[in-house]
Amino acid sequence: MSMASGNKEKIVGQSPQRKEGPDKVLGRARYIDDITMPGMWHGATVRSTIAHGTIKSITFAKHIPWDEFVIVTAADIPFDNYIHHILQDHVCLADKDIKHPAEPIVLLAHPDKQRLHAAVDAVKIEYEKKPGVFTIEDSEKMDPVIWGEDNTFKSYLMEKGDVESVWKDAAYIVEGEYRTGAQEQLYIENNGVIAEYSETDGVTVWASMQCPFYLHKALMELFHLPEDKVRAIQVETGGAFGGKEDYPSVIGSHAALLAMKAKRPVKMMYDRMEDLAATTKRHPSRTRHKTAVDKDGKLLGGVIDFAIDGGAYSTLSQVVLSRGTIHAAGPYFWPTIRVSAKAMATNCPPHGAFRGFGAPQSIFAIERHMDHIAQVVGISPEEMRRRNFIKTGETTATGQIVRDNVDMQKIMDKAFAESGYYAKRKEFAKTNKDSAVKRGMGFACFFHGAGFTGSGERYLASIVGLEATPEGKVRVLVSSTEFGQGTNTILSQIAAEALRIEYDDVIVQQPDTSKVPNSGPTVASRTAMVVGKLVHSAALGMIKTLGEPLREGYTREEFLAACASHIQKHGALKVLSKYEAPPNIFWDDQLYRGDAYPAYAWAVYVAEVAVDTRTYFTEVKDFVAVQEVGRVLHPVLAKGQIEGGVAQGIGYAIYEKVIWKDGVMANNQMTNYIMATSADVPPIRVFFEEVPFAHGAYGAKGIGELPMDGPAPAILNAMEEATGLSFNECPVMPEDVFEAMTRSPHSEEQPVITEPAFTGVGQRS
Amino acid sequence: MNKTISFVVNGEKKSVDAPPMSRLLDVLREHLHLTGTKEGCGEGECGSCSVMMNGELVNSCLVPVLQADGATLCTIEGMAQNGAMHPIQKKFLECGAAQCGICTPGMILATHHLLEKYPSPTMEQIREGLAGNLCRCTGYQRIFDAVEKCGAGQ
Repeated sequence: MSMASGNKEKIVGQSPQRKEGPDKVLGRARYIDDITMPGMWHGATVRSTIAHGTIKSITFAKHIPWDEFVIVTAADIPFDNYIHHILQDHVCLADKDIKHPAEPIVLLAHPDKQRLHAAVDAVKIEYEKKPGVFTIEDSEKMDPVIWGEDNTFKSYLMEKGDVESVWKDAAYIVEGEYRTGAQEQLYIENNGVIAEYSETDGVTVWASMQCPFYLHKALMELFHLPEDKVRAIQVETGGAFGGKEDYPSVIGSHAALLAMKAKRPVKMMYDRMEDLAATTKRHPSRTRHKTAVDKDGKLLGGVIDFAIDGGAYSTLSQVVLSRGTIHAAGPYFWPTIRVSAKAMATNCPPHGAFRGFGAPQSIFAIERHMDHIAQVVGISPEEMRRRNFIKTGETTATGQIVRDNVDMQKIMDKAFAESGYYAKRKEFAKTNKDSAVKRGMGFACFFHGAGFTGSGERYLASIVGLEATPEGKVRVLVSSTEFGQGTNTILSQIAAEALRIEYDDVIVQQPDTSKVPNSGPTVASRTAMVVGKLVHSAALGMIKTLGEPLREGYTREEFLAACASHIQKHGALKVLSKYEAPPNIFWDDQLYRGDAYPAYAWAVYVAEVAVDTRTYFTEVKDFVAVQEVGRVLHPVLAKGQIEGGVAQGIGYAIYEKVIWKDGVMANNQMTNYIMATSADVPPIRVFFEEVPFAHGAYGAKGIGELPMDGPAPAILNAMEEATGLSFNECPVMPEDVFEAMTRSPHSEEQPVITEPAFTGVGQRS
Repeated sequence: MNKTISFVVNGEKKSVDAPPMSRLLDVLREHLHLTGTKEGCGEGECGSCSVMMNGELVNSCLVPVLQADGATLCTIEGMAQNGAMHPIQKKFLECGAAQCGICTPGMILATHHLLEKYPSPTMEQIREGLAGNLCRCTGYQRIFDAVEKCGAGQ
């Protein structure tokens, strides 16, 4: 790892012990299913068995003593029957229309959770079925229309220059179509909540979740309660990856409805099959590229059509689409480009947030496509990138001037050196001829915007608090949650560093909407950069508030003494800090142009693969991840983020296939939805280049989502290098390799690359 | 119909009245309040519910409690001795092997079992030995690091 030299910090840049680490390794950490409340009942959900249609009748079979149960249907919802996300279209409990196969219809609660399974089965629902829409193509045909006027949740047009002017001068026009499948977040702890309701105190929900204030807002809307009558409390959360961003609003609302009617706390804890069948996944996507390049492979212009499958309700699709749209252009300079993007409705359960949030989909497409363009032009894939990398001072597809001091060439050189890229390519070209196992090297170059897209952070206007406690600690007050990434640890490091006290002097308040300000949702690689910076400025505010008694160069003991005497005099010491956008950052929502993100992380990932032509099985043998993420606050945590993301990306490429049958996930078990085990992962070698970002905490940018973007295209590029077979859809399963290898070479045209169109031929389509 | 089942867990004799086919996992969590043992999948794929039974690593979600009658069990709560962390727990903490922590108890017990078989395991033995325990956060690299350091007694 290359460390920026001359850092004067003592705690930031070190790797202190994870704050809640001891509880986790001792088995003491309390996750939602470890918590029981006096008089608590258990809840369960009766779901539709069809994808699209209407409810004709609901019957409760006679063999169940229903008087022991609490039963909630849409009729019990006090006000509007919606889960609040961005738009008001997501029905809380279906009363008539069924839009997807996991639609909740009836909720049941009982003191004995063992009794719920039979009861769920005993609720019989009759339907009138309607034909469903299950793919982007089905949805585009609008037969039938299932959402709005045209099945489109949202569309964007991102334009730079007049792309139609470039075709006539192109030496080559290269077209391609790329697809990605759904992917399950597969946190090892399923979604779960406990809800309590009282006439006097309102509603309280404890949840495994990322965004307490999302749940808080959803409950306020559902029950028409004021802010102070709704409490959302995060408990230890066993993985999330985006899968606990919007879904806790659903399960939390359901549990709260049961708790209101049962007049007692109700726990809802999904089992794995229900979690896989009913909760969100990564949006499936289709990207079409048409690109004009000159004879040397220099990009002249491109048209990109990006479409994602949003499932039955709009939920977060519009923001997922936006991030995917902006990342579709890759880390390249496009003189002119047009990206048309749309999120389409289908009768699948709503797709949602998953690490990367639209970017892995569109980056998969551009990075496969760049390899294809290189083939057409007749240059190496690295030369193709080298000639087109965007540089500091150039403008992105949204017209943003790149202010980051970026050097993609340097990152690529480092990645090639660490992976032995050139030597291995040479070696494999020789050894592959006589081997049944074909080996190959592939890579992907990419960037990832840190923080909310566009005006997001301005609208959020996050607030962070710090308070000195009577026990002589400083407590961080944020709604930013810990779910494994290290939020507690890095925010404590930042506070300790800025206050010039010890790491152990800082504690973190459990996120509870009645106790912490809204520092925004824990998403979008924003916590280190945005929330961290606010912790830093709150710390400076605290020092300023203490004022006089603190002389320049104070000691830890003097600081703590000053806090104690301030508390004695004034009763408390609490400082808040509110987000202000960095200067010169402006986004135009109307024109969809401007500074899409305050900063970007930049990366080149190299994969070495082996494809066995006897078993059709692909293995990743080695993986090198080089990235520039600004200042690394905690090297061990940062490495852990990259390694974990790469492992998920390997799954996205070659293991994790959601098999859909009429909108139903057919393989909703860990037995047949396969993620990488310890025996499957290669060495994942992580390297950081550190270029501090002026507006992030101690120079930090975002890191969490980045590693999800690169692995899939790098691996499929390596598979093509190894086998000569072009796979343009992920995941690639052994059966796909079999199919491609046993296909007669003349039975099908090369589906992706149009033949070279030489200068003067004009536009090809 | 309940049955009285007795076993030793973490060095203590325990008796529970439970349906004989109830899962050992539920008995540990609900009867004995040993909630460090986690449920991830309920079908023996993820290993979050791993415990030691008579010296073998088992998925407690697949063990009917009847089978544990007379057994000696160790759960995550039994790893620390006299308030001091077990060396495996210390290494997991030091190396960043625990992120969200939900797989950690099972992973630590799997490591314990692995190190009993191979006191200084090779990387292949580590990869193979932990393959029944899924971790979605770490990509396993920090865990490999921790296990190697335990093995080397560093």
